[in-house]
Amino acid sequence: MSDFLMPSLGADMDSATLVEWLVKPGDSVKRGDVIAVVETAKGAIEIEVFESGVVDALLIEVETEIDVGTPLARIRGAQQSAEPPVSSPPMEAPSVASPVEAKAATEPEETEADQLIAPHPSPSSGERLRASPLARARSSQQQLDLEQMKGSGPAGAILARDLPADNQASEAVSRKAGKLGFDPGAMRKAIASAMARSKREIPHYYLQNRFDMSAAVTWLAEYNAGQEPAQRLILSALLLRATVLALQSYPEFNGFWQDEAFQPSTDIHLGMAINIRSLGLITPALRNLEQASLAEVMLKLQDVTKRARNGGLRSSEVGTATLTVTALGERGVDSVFGVIFPPQVAILGFGRMHREPVAVGDALAVRPIIQATLAADHRVSDGHRGALFLDRIGQLLNEPAKLAESSSIDKGAHHD
Amino acid sequence: MTESSLRSAIIEELIKIAPDLDAADIDDDGLLHDDYDLDSMDSFNLASAIHQRLGINIPDSDFARLQSVGDLVRYLAQKA
Repeated sequence: MSDFLMPSLGADMDSATLVEWLVKPGDSVKRGDVIAVVETAKGAIEIEVFESGVVDALLIEVETEIDVGTPLARIRGAQQSAEPPVSSPPMEAPSVASPVEAKAATEPEETEADQLIAPHPSPSSGERLRASPLARARSSQQQLDLEQMKGSGPAGAILARDLPADNQASEAVSRKAGKLGFDPGAMRKAIASAMARSKREIPHYYLQNRFDMSAAVTWLAEYNAGQEPAQRLILSALLLRATVLALQSYPEFNGFWQDEAFQPSTDIHLGMAINIRSLGLITPALRNLEQASLAEVMLKLQDVTKRARNGGLRSSEVGTATLTVTALGERGVDSVFGVIFPPQVAILGFGRMHREPVAVGDALAVRPIIQATLAADHRVSDGHRGALFLDRIGQLLNEPAKLAESSSIDKGAHHD
Repeated sequence: MTESSLRSAIIEELIKIAPDLDAADIDDDGLLHDDYDLDSMDSFNLASAIHQRLGINIPDSDFARLQSVGDLVRYLAQKA
């Protein structure tokens, strides 16, 4: 018998509101099952259980605000501490637990996102109506009958966005926010708290390097010319893949600063900064990219971007990234000097790709250029290693065919 | 397919891709990237959705030149 606790949803989220239980006492659950849905400032998030057993009791009522660490359910026959954590079910069990994995015995366990795409039980008659607190509040304000609504949220839950537009709700931002189940005020507050902590605690250093993207751009155009739209790649996938390969040689940028020490991670979960128009920022993790081919990186990026915008992220994808990448270049800036998301120890930034004159040998040439930046935690690494890490990413982007080769660990040229 | 049905199909797919956009805010001349803040992933999804829905495969090189809903409608009207 053990209590299943409300998992951490990242350094910027302390609590969430329980929207719906997807299990009831007596149900069998296995690790990775989505058992509940919570609503947060960053939209609805599906909570995965990290132990297997039978649900003995649900300890929290729907519509209750719950803090991280609060017991949510009692689970019988749970084996959460008996078996070593397995962070990547498709692969063989790790023989040596990394520091981060070892720590997981006392922390909410993460699970492979891909195995969690399980069908939800659909709402049936006699069951309690599934609806988010925001949707319930709005519908009673507007005197609407929720029974008549079709829900688009997890497990068919009715979210605020499913309600017809309220004529009285005039302000554009709050209308958009409500439509998506986001709370811009709370989201702003969460970002403020995490970023203030970062700047208070983390001694950042900053580096910038200019990447000639000619080879990558040419390779990408040729690759995409032969593909149907759904099979094409975007440049961000190449940037992420190059980052993953470079991290193999520079592990001090991948992991967490915890208990006054750096805890490197063998798994690579890249947080991708995703802007939610005029509302705020979400940085969900693309999990286990160390095992992903270039095409798989693209699929994960596509999947997570879509769910981040629609409010269907899973607890294992929130607050678990081991390094964040931000590509603000999409918005036209040349460089972005990031603020590290604690407890991570670095953030990579990619600026706008633009054509620029560069010296090639003794001549001038006009080339597509991206400014890449690294902000890193000086407690963990020094500028020298940071410079080599950035340079390695640039080199990998110069050999794009290699990025597409396989998902195995690239042992390429090391710089020590 | 008429231009107006092409237009509503495109707008419908746009809203699916970027649910934080409002159909009422989208017009023919607004720039997808600069005015509606579509990024390269959104563009990829749009090309993919148009291919699936209308059966028209817009080559990547053409797609990069189509910058507004109006551009897309005119391009697709020629191909359809």
